Amino acid sequence: MTMSMNMESPSIELRALDELWFQVAGTVCNLTCHHCFISCSPQNYSFEFLSYEEVEQALLDSVEHGVREYYFTGGEPFLNKDLRRMLIRSLEFGPVTVLTNGTVLKSEWLQELYEAEQRGRYSLEFRVSIDGPSPEINDPVRGTGTFAKAIDGVSLLCEAGFLPIITMTQTWDDSQSLQILDEFRTVLRQHGCDRPRLKILPRLKIGAEVDRTEGYQLTERITPEMMQDFDRDQLLCHHSRIVTSRGVCVCPILIESPDARMGDTLNESMGPFQMQHGACYTCYQYGAICSNSTLQTATSQATK
Amino acid sequence: MKLVLFGGLYSNYLALEAAISDATARGVDAMYCLGDLGAFGPHPDRVFPLLHDCDVACVQGNYDDSIGNELDDCQCGYTDPRDNYFAQISYDYTLKNTSDENKVWLRNLPKEIRLHVDGLKVLLCHGSPRKTNEFLWESTTSTGFLKRLCMEHDADVIVGTHSGIHWQRALPDGKRYVNVGVLGRPENDGQTSVWSTILRTGADADPNAAMCHTGNAVVPISVDFIPIEYDHLRLANEMRQQSLPDEFIDTVLNGWWTTCLEILPSRERRAGRY
Repeated sequence: MTMSMNMESPSIELRALDELWFQVAGTVCNLTCHHCFISCSPQNYSFEFLSYEEVEQALLDSVEHGVREYYFTGGEPFLNKDLRRMLIRSLEFGPVTVLTNGTVLKSEWLQELYEAEQRGRYSLEFRVSIDGPSPEINDPVRGTGTFAKAIDGVSLLCEAGFLPIITMTQTWDDSQSLQILDEFRTVLRQHGCDRPRLKILPRLKIGAEVDRTEGYQLTERITPEMMQDFDRDQLLCHHSRIVTSRGVCVCPILIESPDARMGDTLNESMGPFQMQHGACYTCYQYGAICSNSTLQTATSQATK
Repeated sequence: MKLVLFGGLYSNYLALEAAISDATARGVDAMYCLGDLGAFGPHPDRVFPLLHDCDVACVQGNYDDSIGNELDDCQCGYTDPRDNYFAQISYDYTLKNTSDENKVWLRNLPKEIRLHVDGLKVLLCHGSPRKTNEFLWESTTSTGFLKRLCMEHDADVIVGTHSGIHWQRALPDGKRYVNVGVLGRPENDGQTSVWSTILRTGADADPNAAMCHTGNAVVPISVDFIPIEYDHLRLANEMRQQSLPDEFIDTVLNGWWTTCLEILPSRERRAGRY
């Protein structure tokens, strides 16, 4: 459980629902990454799969809010057998991004999705999590053999016509980031990705990451003073909500915190949120790291 | 009414000259520019007399706010070190070569211009009505979101630029979002031309134009994107003489973006070469 400093934590309003997320595979994943902020694994059913009907209802409800784009995450979204149908339906409403570990993709699935994207006007983005340009950096965190499998997944995406974004959780010193980016671009080109798009994410010190390294210090919190003249759009909770099997939560990172649950429906979930968690501090430091539009290529570029 | 709408100029005074000539020949009633007068190109002061002489009313873009207030960077909203590196070269050059008088003028430009045209409420902004440097790309902007912007900002037609590629979308009730593209540089389509936009309403619209419902009225509206040819070889030469980056000159000569690529959504990126 995350330590909190209720009395001093500022509250933030939902400016508008720009992004709607779906925790479509719950906390179920074929991998057991040691840094996972919600401790996903093949056995973790604390959040369960969303059904096609639940996703469709939320899409229909989202229209009146003027949602700009949709995100699908898990766990591993492709473990949900209805995912492709959900994505194809979602592309009728707006642009869609899927966050995947890239290890379970199939060529025929991707071809079907590429054709669906081409039929409509909106983009289908893939974000593939690979935590470095080599098995030596990636596999100790994500599991033996996962680098090779994920790179194969990237190749399949590129063959299908997509330009995936690769996201790396930073487990190295800032000073190594540019070198790692260069190495990774070379590796990706060798695997059929001629226009590599790479982003580095900061570690979120909750979930499994607490056991791997450490949790947040009590001083790592947003204070009211820090919010003065701060661009609130840098915080995901200012413009997003996520639909889960346990209701609508404030953001994809904090779903396991009881206070992150905002309501049963979207309409019930429009209230303010008190930013009392260490992960809120990371979001503040690096910008809304979950949104495509504010993802930084290197964390050393963080503005705060 | 017939209006011409120019997107970011990026100091491309040769394209601006050509676009003004084209608009004049078409008999437009008024000319507007949606901001980002400087950046990318040479001799930033050269666009100002053209704008003043032809009564082109301007919105303040993020670049204009930065140059006008002598900020440290352009506030373009890039997220990649390479994109920011090139943006900073361009910004430092433009800041150094913009006169104090023009900086004051930029500083005082409005963030938006509201027009009432044949009964339509037309809102001219730079990025989006809610944020000057918000990128609105065709592939990543839902119709529901644009409808919400029209409602929240009390507009029948929203016109913006900033992202650098023109597109438009008809919305429910005939409302319209129009991104006019830019005059400053080609559109990442392999062509050397740049783009201007003509908005025609009421009696000036096409006979079969779509209808926009506003209040109790129904107003026809037509939007035409016009490719503008200009002396791009001369622009490239002047950029070379000013020691601007080869990457920028390459875009002027070949029509493909070489920088600002990481901000592109995948669909727009796939349409380009790099």
